[in-house]
Amino acid sequence: MTVLAVIEHDRGAMTGASLGVMTAARNLAKQMGTKFEAVTIGANADRLSETISNFGATTVHQAHNPMLIDYGPEAWGESLAQVARKTSPTVVIGTGTERGHEVVAQAAARLDLPAAMNCIEFDKNFDGTQPLNVTRTRWGGSLLEQAAIDAPIKLVTLANHVVEPQEELGSTPATVSTIDVQLDDSVAQSFVQDRVERVAGVTLATSPVVVSGGRGVGSAEAFAPLEELASLLNGVVGCSRAVTNNGWRNHTDQVGQTGTRIAPDIYIACGISGAIQHWVGAMASKNILAINTDAQANIVTKAGYAVIGDLHKVVPAISAEIRRRRGK
Amino acid sequence: MNILVCVKRVPAPGARINITADGQQVDTAFLGFTVSPHEECAVEQAVQLIEKHGGDVTVLTLGPIEAEEQLRTAVSTGATKAVLIPIDTTDWDPQRTAEAIAKVVAELETANGKYDLVLFGNESADSCGYQVGIRTALKLGRPIVNGAKGLEIENGAAKIRRESDAGVEIYKLAMPACVGVKEGINLPRYPTMKGRLASKKVAIARSKAEATTGGLKLITLQRPPERVSNTVILGNGPEAAPAIVDLLEELGILK
Repeated sequence: MTVLAVIEHDRGAMTGASLGVMTAARNLAKQMGTKFEAVTIGANADRLSETISNFGATTVHQAHNPMLIDYGPEAWGESLAQVARKTSPTVVIGTGTERGHEVVAQAAARLDLPAAMNCIEFDKNFDGTQPLNVTRTRWGGSLLEQAAIDAPIKLVTLANHVVEPQEELGSTPATVSTIDVQLDDSVAQSFVQDRVERVAGVTLATSPVVVSGGRGVGSAEAFAPLEELASLLNGVVGCSRAVTNNGWRNHTDQVGQTGTRIAPDIYIACGISGAIQHWVGAMASKNILAINTDAQANIVTKAGYAVIGDLHKVVPAISAEIRRRRGK
Repeated sequence: MNILVCVKRVPAPGARINITADGQQVDTAFLGFTVSPHEECAVEQAVQLIEKHGGDVTVLTLGPIEAEEQLRTAVSTGATKAVLIPIDTTDWDPQRTAEAIAKVVAELETANGKYDLVLFGNESADSCGYQVGIRTALKLGRPIVNGAKGLEIENGAAKIRRESDAGVEIYKLAMPACVGVKEGINLPRYPTMKGRLASKKVAIARSKAEATTGGLKLITLQRPPERVSNTVILGNGPEAAPAIVDLLEELGILK
């Protein structure tokens, strides 16, 4: 009986989501009175075993195959399926990210077992012998589902940002086990063939300040004052789905269930009503300031701070005040 | 080329999602329905591809008979054929859904020839399972990549563009292939007059599918704890600017 954490990495660099997964796997394993193990896919991830040890894994299964150089959803899914068949974990936990969902779904399909994505909680009484009850998010987090996974190996992903990563105190180096996985041509196609690396800088997902506009902005041109405020605050501009649907801004700027989930220090929502699909993308923000003409708008009632007024007048006034205080 | 797009009928909620008294479903008494956003974009992408390369776009859904409405919407925006796999109103689990869809796709292909592409939404807007497309592709024995923010045909292969934290990834799949599409790949068009007429006339084929229940069982739905916010109103109109900048300074945002 073990809990297996699936380590997400990009060509050997571990992603932050993996740290939460290891922490959750360790907590669940302790509750079950057992140990947690981890799996890395591809030899370029072998060097991650030290970090994995620090989180308290007792064994790291290193899946090896000459094909495993870059990411490939089918090859990764097949590798995970083979490691799961070989090590028979009770629970497999992957990251709640695009790659994490994809790899766990691939493995589940190949094992013909169920999978539950974006779990936020596991049954506190689970001891490994019964079906695993989980709480998972639906509608991007606007609804919660209690579900039971009835399978010999329970496959899940952990919703991102739900578990605070915590290293294990006094941990010892994990045992390394190399597993040579067999991959054939059927999984060879779907590797990354080419890539364009992002130029360093803040993105919507990582910026500490996001100034966002909704339908109330009115046009593509009317985003200029929001751009100006964002630049004064070293932030970026975001928008709601209504804005991208109107073609005012690119979808890469969209905050929400089908856009980007953000967690900035402050989210300044201008002329955004705050429909549930938008709210779930912004609700992790540490502070929310809503600027809206409607004091009853959903976003105004949910935000920590609000200004009732026309964004076209309020936003330039904020920029002017900042400039005034900076003496420019 | 022949393209199949699998879509899902989902409620179109506003500011709040309510649940039925038994906790089993979203209360849709006062809600309209729509095609799940990622799949709406998948339909648009398929239509753009046949406009360029010629061919047919078939839309398929597994859902209640009312889902004919969503199939007709897809036809009004350029899809040419429609297939419904009717089920009762209760959602099927992902394994069962994929099994049923894969069986019907195989039947359709026996009758009409292979689809070059089978498109799915990256995940459904309501249940957010992230797996029906992948399970179906595996049953069909075809490669699949999810998260497509770009999809073109290049030298007979499907070229997929996907965004990641590190930048943009390019995948190339020999067809027949499956692709999970994400919103943002395009801006879906509005129905045209010609499309509306076609959507009224289109014959919606029905396919029955037997599939076994999978191992993920819904126990109950619940609303997350309501976030109680005693919103601090900083003021009205542009006169609130000094109070806002005070706040930004206080929060350490304005350095």
